[in-house]
Amino acid sequence: MKKLLVSTALIAALALPAFAQETLDPNAKPGGGIVVTYKDDVATLDPAIGYDWQNWSMIKSLFDGLMDYIPGTTELRPGLAESYDVSADGMTFTFHLRKGVKFHNGREMTADDVKYSLDRVTLPATQSPGAGFFGAIAGYDAMADGSATSLAGVTVIDPATVEIKLSRPDATFLHVMALNFASVVPKEAVEAANGDFGKMPVGTGAFKLQEWTIGQKLVFAKNPDYWRAGLPYLDTVTFEVGQEPIVALLRLQNGEVDVPGDGIPPAKFQEVMGDPAQAANVVEGGQLQTGYITLNVKIPPLDNVEVRKAINMAINKDRIVQIINGRAVPANQPLPPSMPGYTKDYKGYEYNPEAAKKMLADAGLPDGFETELYVMNTDPNPRIAQAIQQDLAAIGVKASIQSIAQANVIEAGGAGTAPMIWSGGMAWIADFPDPSNFYGPILGCSGAADGGWNWSKFCDPAIDAEAAAADSMIDPAAPERLKMWSDVYMKVMEQAPWVPVFNEQRFTLKSARMGGADNLYVDPVSIPVNYDYVYVKE
Amino acid sequence: MAALIFRRLIQSALILLGVSFITFFLLYVLPADPVRQIAGRSATPQTVANIREQLGLDQPFVVQYARYLAGLFHGDMGRSYLQKTDVTALIMARLPASLLLMAAGIAAELVIGLTMGVIAAIWRGRVVDNSLMMTSFVTVSAPQFVVALLLLYVFAVKLGWFPIGGYGTPAHLVLPALTLGILGSGWYARIMRSSMIEVLRADFIRTARAKGLARRRVILRHALPNAILPVIAMIGIDIGIFMGGIVVVEGVFGWPGIGQLAWQAIQRIDIPIIMGVTLVSACAIVLGNLLADLVVPLIDPRIRIR
Repeated sequence: MKKLLVSTALIAALALPAFAQETLDPNAKPGGGIVVTYKDDVATLDPAIGYDWQNWSMIKSLFDGLMDYIPGTTELRPGLAESYDVSADGMTFTFHLRKGVKFHNGREMTADDVKYSLDRVTLPATQSPGAGFFGAIAGYDAMADGSATSLAGVTVIDPATVEIKLSRPDATFLHVMALNFASVVPKEAVEAANGDFGKMPVGTGAFKLQEWTIGQKLVFAKNPDYWRAGLPYLDTVTFEVGQEPIVALLRLQNGEVDVPGDGIPPAKFQEVMGDPAQAANVVEGGQLQTGYITLNVKIPPLDNVEVRKAINMAINKDRIVQIINGRAVPANQPLPPSMPGYTKDYKGYEYNPEAAKKMLADAGLPDGFETELYVMNTDPNPRIAQAIQQDLAAIGVKASIQSIAQANVIEAGGAGTAPMIWSGGMAWIADFPDPSNFYGPILGCSGAADGGWNWSKFCDPAIDAEAAAADSMIDPAAPERLKMWSDVYMKVMEQAPWVPVFNEQRFTLKSARMGGADNLYVDPVSIPVNYDYVYVKE
Repeated sequence: MAALIFRRLIQSALILLGVSFITFFLLYVLPADPVRQIAGRSATPQTVANIREQLGLDQPFVVQYARYLAGLFHGDMGRSYLQKTDVTALIMARLPASLLLMAAGIAAELVIGLTMGVIAAIWRGRVVDNSLMMTSFVTVSAPQFVVALLLLYVFAVKLGWFPIGGYGTPAHLVLPALTLGILGSGWYARIMRSSMIEVLRADFIRTARAKGLARRRVILRHALPNAILPVIAMIGIDIGIFMGGIVVVEGVFGWPGIGQLAWQAIQRIDIPIIMGVTLVSACAIVLGNLLADLVVPLIDPRIRIR
């Protein structure tokens, strides 16, 4: 038996029987409220449905799952589970729940709620975009094909204990249990909402939804009974929607807004960063994102690996980073640098148009060829596509740009009709901080099926087998597992189905009155900020 | 009159049916799949197939359209694919804001436009006339986004007279309405000017003047009511232009109207919302035209619509 976190949980149990131990910021003052703005209205706050970067962090503050992350980091910690045991074969997880945790409606959370929530998210009628993450739980297939209404692998042992059996080993399972999709919801509130749970959310989180005026604002109020003692610091978080980023910036400068959720508008970026007073309120950090060009390996001449390598060598990544005012770092492999499994000593394909031209000639294309580059039609993506077009022209490849709406690019990518796609605006951002998340859907055989997100339609069964082997290991952070993943991505790069272009940096602008450690403002899991832990200074 | 209204209502219903068919068809042939948007990037093929079946999107076009119409006749505009909420509720929550902005915008257009038109007509050919007509040309051509941001910057950010966007108090309404008023006033100014010039040349005006009535009284009591007819017809058409045109202004000022809702839905191919907003807008256009047709004969008994 492996008892990873039991010791810390025991200390917690001794110190504060009903609450989790929490390292509180000694400088933090409780109270006050902040205003966060967004351009788009919030689509839903249902944790089984919400899957955009706007509602992801909001749902995190309203709900909890069995697992969670240490704020500002990618390190797992127990959430609603006080501790857990893993069987030696890694196939059975037993979660011991915290006692005395209450939903916003006052009822105590029990093991039955955990089971109900997992059943609900995997039930086809829920239409959860995250259902597939739970594929490793025993009985998932029966849920997906409609032959069962409850997950056979999830068993309530007693009100404070849940056992989850897997049908195959899954190293990422604890990360999956930290996803919003695994949040624990109360059955009676879901049923009372009559299909509108996304507008009337009830969870165990640090905040509860106090007010929602559609199209105008949402107000989150502090949950006084929150099980992490002393948190949250803020009394309210007000989300004002329908605010253009440029207007949000003006309002921030006027002292009316604390965090513009859509970030600094690109056109104003240099102005803000050039003003020391404003730049002092900007926090920069990495994010688990890679921007790339997919090269469709089914469409000639891109089916020739030498041609794909030549294109890799033709792209001037530094210039593309300049186009977006240096808000990114050049990339040479699919994984972003802050992801475990990233290969540090890999140099990638060097920028060398002369050599690229020669490689094309050797591949029998001395005059280049004509192709199409698909791109999403919002700034700065068409400008980036033009830079790519010029780089390709320099080696004789004439790419015509198809600048179309996001949904249409995704459709063409899924159908496999696009020879090349610049991923900007749709680029992969990790669901959870594990190297496997950059493989299956976007580079593996499963994602290469019709409609999948593997837009280069790259499928190498040998690499797929190695990826599967890496994911069958029990400890997600084991060095030998990370080595295997590093190896997978190196083999992918030898086949060059992508041109990795850059990893975007995050720049969060906040008002001068906001306090809390910098990493809370570039939290890899809660974008733009971790609402539970930030505070106001005045 | 009753027969006229009845005939017009039948015509309006046919127009709305046509609008619904064309919109539904365009969304059907769009090279983008709403199910992919719902299912998200991590979905398995089985999840995608399940959602397609549940929403009936695996059915042929005719069946899908028939189902939508059947719902519509029961007053059901369907549920948003992504928000999982009744479209009727979403639209009703935002419609009052759009109607308020539209009413205020038209009022601002009329006040600015008619004043400009009357003044230009009285002093036609002079410097005042030329500069006003020049101004109207500039405002009609100016991009909404620029005018909105300019007003916002000057009157809200620099002078601090009005709030920087938002909704709720009369102060919030001033700048968005003024933006629409400035942009649309040029049309009214031009129509009013030419109509007024024509009326001022008419015999009854000369008679009124000859009777010794004050010039001011002649213009306001005799000329204006007669010159205003084309303007009323214009308002009806304007309602239609507004339904499409306030999207940008709503965006800049953070005004919670249906324009914002439509814009977001289009990005994500949320068909029930796109259909709902399109139909509501079409209703407004049809009603606007209908009202104009009905009101004009009331003001001027010479006009009879058959």
